[in-house]
Amino acid sequence: MLRLLVRRLLLMVPIMVLVSFIVFGLVLLVPGDPAIALAGPNATEQRVEAIRENLGLNDPILQQYGRWIGGAIQGDLGESLFSGRSVSQAIAERVPVTMSLAGAALLIALLIAVPAGIVAATNRGRPADSMATVGASLGLAMPSFWLGLVLVLLFSVWLGWLPATGYIPFGENPAAWAVHLILPALTLGAAAAAETTRQLRGSLTDVLGQDYVRTARAKGLRRHTVVFKHGLKNAAIPVVTVLGFQVAFLLGGSVVVEQLFALPGLGGLAIRAVLNRDLPMIQGVVMFTAVIVMIVNLVVDLLYGWLNPKVRTA
Amino acid sequence: MTRSRPTDPPAADHDPWSGFTGWADAEATEDTRTESAVRRFVRRFSSQRLAMVALVAIGFLVAVAAFAPWVVPHDPLAQNLSRALEAPSATYWFGTDAVGRDTLSRMVFGARLSLLAAAEAVTVALVLGVVPGLVAGFFGGWVDIVLSRITDAVMRIPPLILAIAIVGVFGPNLRNAMFAVGVIFAPRFLRLTRSAVMAVREETYIEASRSIGTSTGAVLRRHVLPNILSPLIVQISLSMGFAMLAEASLSFLGLGVQPPQASWGAMVGTGYRFLDLAPHMVLIPGFAIVLAVLAFNVLGDGLRDSFGREERAADR
Repeated sequence: MLRLLVRRLLLMVPIMVLVSFIVFGLVLLVPGDPAIALAGPNATEQRVEAIRENLGLNDPILQQYGRWIGGAIQGDLGESLFSGRSVSQAIAERVPVTMSLAGAALLIALLIAVPAGIVAATNRGRPADSMATVGASLGLAMPSFWLGLVLVLLFSVWLGWLPATGYIPFGENPAAWAVHLILPALTLGAAAAAETTRQLRGSLTDVLGQDYVRTARAKGLRRHTVVFKHGLKNAAIPVVTVLGFQVAFLLGGSVVVEQLFALPGLGGLAIRAVLNRDLPMIQGVVMFTAVIVMIVNLVVDLLYGWLNPKVRTA
Repeated sequence: MTRSRPTDPPAADHDPWSGFTGWADAEATEDTRTESAVRRFVRRFSSQRLAMVALVAIGFLVAVAAFAPWVVPHDPLAQNLSRALEAPSATYWFGTDAVGRDTLSRMVFGARLSLLAAAEAVTVALVLGVVPGLVAGFFGGWVDIVLSRITDAVMRIPPLILAIAIVGVFGPNLRNAMFAVGVIFAPRFLRLTRSAVMAVREETYIEASRSIGTSTGAVLRRHVLPNILSPLIVQISLSMGFAMLAEASLSFLGLGVQPPQASWGAMVGTGYRFLDLAPHMVLIPGFAIVLAVLAFNVLGDGLRDSFGREERAADR
């Protein structure tokens, strides 16, 4: 298991370097002179110079990259072009919101997908299976912001059960924190639930058709025991693999959901940065989320090794 | 068909030609036995009712979008403040928005924008994905390693965040937003093309063609590309649906289409401020997005099931 960890960590390094190239390379994509483009149409000469200074655009490109990545490794992602604040600090303030939302969404997705996938796979071709399959197709086709609005309309405007917007920090009031997260997390988690249901249904169906499952049934084990003991652990392998990708989608999707429910997370930061063309802030948010995704993928890989002993030695 | 199949050898009869009735039968059955790939595809596809419905729905949507100026009941930009935020009625089938514009007419023009935008994004993804995918799959070696690592890296960045960052660099408008969506879809096309090419690369007919001196470009174009077309078509259909979703999300955030034009996503975006007063402004365009995306997804699944086995395996 330790060897697996070390190998995965070593594999992560080149990918992380490439990601940092891509993120840093965004500055090269700015059309024309980045300083003039980023300053906007009505900028003064001083403003353009200040941006040039801030981004260090007068230096050779590799030196610029070296400075940026050197800072990033130490947790310094530069300063906002707009407010002059530290990018890392702005991100740190907003991370708890986005993490709460993404975590709750993942939890809700699993709470929906695991029972739905099991029911669908064990009742193939019956109404329960059709319901799960149609539900999953709908979940994948629904834009999250629209689902969110429908939920708000239903539970906030018409029924008045749940708050439509806002965020309460966990430390302030855990109950209010949870209540305010229900609708956003359901909104964000729906697509992940749909995708995971489809995955689990497919893989569990495959596993239940295997010889060892038939043997287990033939020796007299109850259907229930076979599904949960023999089926689920093996069916979980492909599902866990996809979960890593799901986290990337959840972090991206949270941008939309945070806007919709007025949650002060990374999404709002990213949108404001884009509208202000605040390049260091954009780069910081992209790099930070990419690192989170890579860490989650590392955890998924390790989990994968625990579920499937074959890859530990491979 | 049954008559042409080899039956038991004529037993007592000494004349081996006794059962022979002429060549006509054999010729007539030739094309039912080696059914052409296209015919097999059409037969399989047309037996899938759901996929046919999806195809008709998409055809309808494209027709409405193409003939938008002639089919709209009202001018999509004409304001009528005295009739703002009206619920659906006989005059305004889908109601009106905050400045009294007809929702249905705006949606018809919105369909045009959404479809064109999605097509644009998928085209970008095809260009950025298929060409490098062909190269990586066909040549292998270090080209493949470099391209695959770049793909891995791009896929580590949350897709919507990457799209937002690209829009941030180029400035918010629909064209840039769709370029960004194309960039985030490109890795999927690259991986798909690469694995499909690797599967056909070692086939004898490729080797034969190369051995008679066909240039690499011609081999790729004439022999490799047609063979990987079916998984690509499936992916294009699925990507159209996801591109419409991505366009809707970016326009909802205000980073895509800019007023006074409106795609369906942008209409939901403006409608949500009036959620309690005029829920139809949100519900109807959103429902249209769901149906359109669903149609492209169902069509994609139907296409996948209609192509041969190998293509289905390659797409997984």
